[in-house]
Amino acid sequence: MSANMVALAYLVASVFFILALKGLSSPESARRGNLFGMIGMAIAVATTLTLTQNWILILSCIAVGGVIGAIVAQRVQMTAMPELVAFMHSLVGLAAVFIAIAAVNNPVSFGLPEVLPAGSKLELFLGTFIGAMTWSGSVIAFLKLSGRMSGTPIVFAGQHALNLILALVMIGFGLWFFFSEVTNWNAFIAMTAIAFVLGFLIIIPIGGADMPVVISMLNSYSGWAAAGIGFSLGNPMLIIAGSLVGSSGAILSYIMCKAMNRPFLSVILGGFGSDGGTAAVDSGVQKTYRSGSADDAAFLMGNADSVIIVPGYGLAVARAQHAVKELAEKLHEKGVNVRFAIHPVAGRMPGHMNVLLAEAEIPYEQVQEMEEINSDFSNTDVVLVLGANDVVNPAANVPGSPIYGMPILDAHKARTVMVVKRSMAVGYAGLDNDLFYMDKTMMIFGDAKKVVENMVKAL
Amino acid sequence: MIGEVDPVIVNLTVFVLAIFVGYHVVWNVTPALHTPLMSVTNAISGIILVGAMLAAGPAETDWGVWLGAAAVTLAAINVFGGFLVSQRMLEMFKKKDKKGNA
Repeated sequence: MSANMVALAYLVASVFFILALKGLSSPESARRGNLFGMIGMAIAVATTLTLTQNWILILSCIAVGGVIGAIVAQRVQMTAMPELVAFMHSLVGLAAVFIAIAAVNNPVSFGLPEVLPAGSKLELFLGTFIGAMTWSGSVIAFLKLSGRMSGTPIVFAGQHALNLILALVMIGFGLWFFFSEVTNWNAFIAMTAIAFVLGFLIIIPIGGADMPVVISMLNSYSGWAAAGIGFSLGNPMLIIAGSLVGSSGAILSYIMCKAMNRPFLSVILGGFGSDGGTAAVDSGVQKTYRSGSADDAAFLMGNADSVIIVPGYGLAVARAQHAVKELAEKLHEKGVNVRFAIHPVAGRMPGHMNVLLAEAEIPYEQVQEMEEINSDFSNTDVVLVLGANDVVNPAANVPGSPIYGMPILDAHKARTVMVVKRSMAVGYAGLDNDLFYMDKTMMIFGDAKKVVENMVKAL
Repeated sequence: MIGEVDPVIVNLTVFVLAIFVGYHVVWNVTPALHTPLMSVTNAISGIILVGAMLAAGPAETDWGVWLGAAAVTLAAINVFGGFLVSQRMLEMFKKKDKKGNA
């Protein structure tokens, strides 16, 4: 294939990638969008194959990777999506590093001059260090998310100073590589090694609660790594695809930070949100709450006109999604208007709760985002809070509170509030929740799944 | 005139414009589909497969080729895993009209 034909095929593939993301604007067009993505990728791979000679080697590697990918995609639990995504980010990062090293070793095979020009060296440097940091950062994120490593932030004195020094040393080696006349492997390897270490160090201080931001951020990094490799190889398709992914991840990070009311910088600097349920600071005043049974709750909901269910990740931990779906169906049959209100950080990654509810076959029309549904709480009869805490804490509206300014679901505005919880323990923010002590609130203690099943029986 | 421009500048042009496209397209993605968005973008960042194939491409096999082959495998996991898991999730978002209340 002529170089022009290749470039045109790459352009077509890039357009398909843009259409893939565009398709995700609504659930109806999303599957077509995903198909566009696959078509784009097929065009890209088929075109690139004509530029290579080791067809058997390449195709068998694709087959091996493809089979592994397919098996993983088939088997993964929807609750484990954050881990899967982190795992896949790490692969992109590592692949980027491998490619950069191969390019330094044999520039000619990438269509680069035998002696690397300064520009290419700079681009390879960028691609390598972003890739290396993506890899090690994602490995830590994966370990934390899958519970193989504690979500408690690891902080020590001089942490930020150490990171800064390492970053400067890394840039120093990068400059040495950049200004060396012949390929300076020592500088390149030292730089790559420091980038790996930096990836680890940057993610370890970030706590479990901030993981949705971290995944989004690493999503962004993996895109920039691909774009960096695109610069090195002078390949506009890689640059376009990488930038799409990079900006997508950046936007998701922004949305997650905003939903948690946390400045991006403070998330990155870390040290927040250990996942051990620390006790609330006791004000000394004994506050009283009202508790009830699942039967009482079922009776109230059955006689209501409108019910909004606020699911939190505790729901998924208790594997109660299917029970909740039955509850919603039962209420629906009784003529109750049932809807679900989703806070942006309800799950462990952006949009996670929507997927978990969709998996339980809850129609997505019943599932509404915070902005859509927040004004409806005040004329809703019953709100049922399942496994959520901080996202319905009215303290967010009180100046001076640690979570002041965080957008919340206005559950406290409903006529009756029911909260299903294991105990009175506090959420990630370590704050007591005044919602639980309101006169119109009924606490139902127990495992979310059992409680909801009992409600279904009582209806 | 454009022939005299450094290719880096041309690439930079593509890069900046692509970020703008990405920015506008992604803000239009419905929040309900943010998890599939992440897995689709994951698959798309598997485009690095193209670079890996070039690394594994040369006929004379040295260690660089094997490194490329390893990168091909890693990127292929991403491409297949990403698109297939997205498909699996998006199937769940199908309209359910079994009750005929649509």
